Amino acid sequence: MSKSNFTRRGLLKTSAIAGAGLAVPTIFTGASWAGSHTGFTNAPEGSTVTLGFNVPQSGPYADEGADELRAYELAVEHLNGGGDGGMINTFSSQTLDGTGILGKQVEYVTGDTQTKSDAARASARSMIEKDGAIMITGGSSSGVAVAVQALCQEAGVIFMAGLTHSNDTTGKDRKANGFRHFFNSYMSGAALAPILANAYGTDRKAYHLTADYNWGYTTEQAVRESTEAVGWETVNTVLTPLTETDFSAYIAPVLNSGADVLVLNHYGGNMVNSLTNAVQFGLREAQANGQDFQIIVPLYSRLMARGAGENVKGIFGSTNWHWSLAQGFTTPDGTEVAPDPASAAFVKSFGEKYGFPPSQAAHTCYVQTLLYADAVNRAGSFNPCAVVEALEDFEFDGLGNGPTLYRGADHQCFKDVLVVRGKENPTSEFDLLEIVEVTPAAQVTYAPDHPNFGGAEASLGSCNPGA
Amino acid sequence: MVDQTTDTLPQRPAASRPAKTGFLGLKGSDATLLIVVAILTMCAPFLLNPFPETSSLAQFNAGYPDLMQRFVIFGIFAIGFNILFGLTGYLSFGHAAFLGVGSYAAIWTMKLVTLNIIPAIILGMIVAGLFAVLVGYVSLRRSGIYFSILTLAFAQMSYALAYSVLTPITGGETGLQIKPTDRPILSNLQDGEIGRANLFGLDMRSSFELDMGGWLFTFNIGYYIAAVVMLISFYVAIRIFRSPFGMMLRAVKSNQQRMSYTGLSPKPYTLAAFVISGMYAGLAGGLMVAMDTQVGPERMFWTASGEVVLMVILGGVGTLIGPVLGAGMIKYMENILSKINDNVLHQWFAFMPDGIEDFLVTVIHPFIGKGWHLTLGIVFMAVVIFLPGGLVELGQRIGRLFGFGKKADDSAAAKTPAE
Repeated sequence: MSKSNFTRRGLLKTSAIAGAGLAVPTIFTGASWAGSHTGFTNAPEGSTVTLGFNVPQSGPYADEGADELRAYELAVEHLNGGGDGGMINTFSSQTLDGTGILGKQVEYVTGDTQTKSDAARASARSMIEKDGAIMITGGSSSGVAVAVQALCQEAGVIFMAGLTHSNDTTGKDRKANGFRHFFNSYMSGAALAPILANAYGTDRKAYHLTADYNWGYTTEQAVRESTEAVGWETVNTVLTPLTETDFSAYIAPVLNSGADVLVLNHYGGNMVNSLTNAVQFGLREAQANGQDFQIIVPLYSRLMARGAGENVKGIFGSTNWHWSLAQGFTTPDGTEVAPDPASAAFVKSFGEKYGFPPSQAAHTCYVQTLLYADAVNRAGSFNPCAVVEALEDFEFDGLGNGPTLYRGADHQCFKDVLVVRGKENPTSEFDLLEIVEVTPAAQVTYAPDHPNFGGAEASLGSCNPGA
Repeated sequence: MVDQTTDTLPQRPAASRPAKTGFLGLKGSDATLLIVVAILTMCAPFLLNPFPETSSLAQFNAGYPDLMQRFVIFGIFAIGFNILFGLTGYLSFGHAAFLGVGSYAAIWTMKLVTLNIIPAIILGMIVAGLFAVLVGYVSLRRSGIYFSILTLAFAQMSYALAYSVLTPITGGETGLQIKPTDRPILSNLQDGEIGRANLFGLDMRSSFELDMGGWLFTFNIGYYIAAVVMLISFYVAIRIFRSPFGMMLRAVKSNQQRMSYTGLSPKPYTLAAFVISGMYAGLAGGLMVAMDTQVGPERMFWTASGEVVLMVILGGVGTLIGPVLGAGMIKYMENILSKINDNVLHQWFAFMPDGIEDFLVTVIHPFIGKGWHLTLGIVFMAVVIFLPGGLVELGQRIGRLFGFGKKADDSAAAKTPAE
């Protein structure tokens, strides 16, 4: 037998090795995450700087993630002086000159969030720990945004949120190192209510179907409160499981409930299915309380509109940005709105590179990258705390949403919100929504300590440069 | 706990066990295995970073704290799952629920009681164990596919509850984290300071970086703590595999009826195995929270339960080291392959003529980035078809090829459970 006998000697040897292995790291506990000599995590060395694009490449929001990634690649190209410069030319702050960020060439790494907070954090941590990313951006759901934002706060890098609409991201879960350009549930409600009152009257009874998770709750609350403020009554609110694909059972009772408006607080596949079911049930032709029955979808995306097809026609909702801003439009009351040069520049360069217009997810991601780059340039440093200072209460224009404020109290952008409607006669598969009105920023602004946003308790904490 | 079952082993008379019970009560080949695993885990920061920072192959380096922690944590999860699946043959399709329950218990301990990771991990194990008693008691009334479906149903129920109904406790979709407002009883945090997981003051995220030429090695406190826990779990698993209790579990797998006819009820054994493997999952969940203080409900989703099944099958069902290898393989693909994008490919193949470069990128494109699932699927199919014994069988075949035939056969006999 060739078996060796591991006894005292073996034990001693192993414990020596294990002990040495354990002792090595404990001697040097000072350095955390990365080199401490630079004063902050992942300080760029050499002539390049690395950004981390963490988007869903698989899972339910993979399409949105793909569009986000396109926008990021375009933004990097523009920052490095390639292409036609896109919105860099229209941006009110003129520090970006095509030489990268602070003269350093921009490089990037990508990861897959899988729309799961664990996977998203794993991917973000690998970008920070392995690839030396100085900023993480992306994501297409609030769960992921909140999780990654908290991670970036701990690690001491900047997080520029992608598509995240729940109040919590800049509400109760706000963080000093995290920033959101996208609008939120509260803004959707505040923007929609007056237009709904205008279109459908103030004597309405609403029935809510709400996806049973955080985003659904905050959206339902926002729409309910703002429509009740204009005189509507809420008949009933029903929670639907996120994994539900057939909403017939939830829609059947709606007609007999005395309601004359159905609000679908659903996103993505949920919305596509629930809206399709509602239309199949004939809700759009129905009459209730002597009025035409109406359906509302608080948050629209182009991908959802495409999924729901014909069914979106005439249905109101809100959106952060829409590419038709680039062409100008006419509101229902006859006002001509001129084309927005910034949107036009973005749609042009995106369209030339990829062959179709960008989605709102692509827009917010592109804008966030530019805003970060500009903030670093203005601060003159990659130090997260300097960047936070540069972004806080920063007012800018020329990025597609008109004059915008990055509020310092909660790191949320305040800008105009678009109220859109499913187009009756779409000319292409991308031309599914028409802008009804641009709700001015003032109308959707709220106090930083609003009870829906964590109240007085919510705090950003202090910025963390890591290291 | 499992101690009473393992304690019996060394006192067994030498006559019934010709093999020597030397090092820590393990016989030769097991002791070698444990020591090899110990050396590998301790040297992981070196072994997983074989390529210099600046080389284009640095993409394949896995020696950064997050991934190393995941390797050992999912290793623990898979080892525990293997105690149930590998020994008794009961295929649980809901083990992620225990991982999730353990995580939630751990994070609440950290939020409310103390930021020290030990109570959090222990509570995670206990709560997961209790939940396993409940689920096991119900599910183990059936076997085969019915058992799998019952456990799957429990896990999906837990996921749905955590995602929506229990939002006040679980934080719903956005999950739970340690917040600046959290003030655990046994902590002395300053105002506004966010609590960090620690072990008697050692921050889990502290690392020491060793710069050697082009190589950068990261030694992370969290990783070493998780690695030590993994070694302990691995040791306990070996003892369970080699104990009379382990033999009973194999008996359950090979022929339950015969076991009943000999007057033994398989129920207590299967339930014990189920609870032990649930506690392993809870331990992994608690460690996950200790390393990265965040929990989301996706941790309990059925795909997470499926993943651990894949890990064990990929590595080798019923073998000791297989589950750890499988876990490492899947986590490696998930974290490394998914981060390779077309841009990286173009850099690799930049030296080739344009046409060939573009062609190669097009060919490889479906297998990288978001395509890592496809690659994993192909590898999994290949393993199941050509290597039914998993990666361990691959190792044995290679071993035999190079003339270690005798030894390989010996360990194969020791590792393969009785069928």
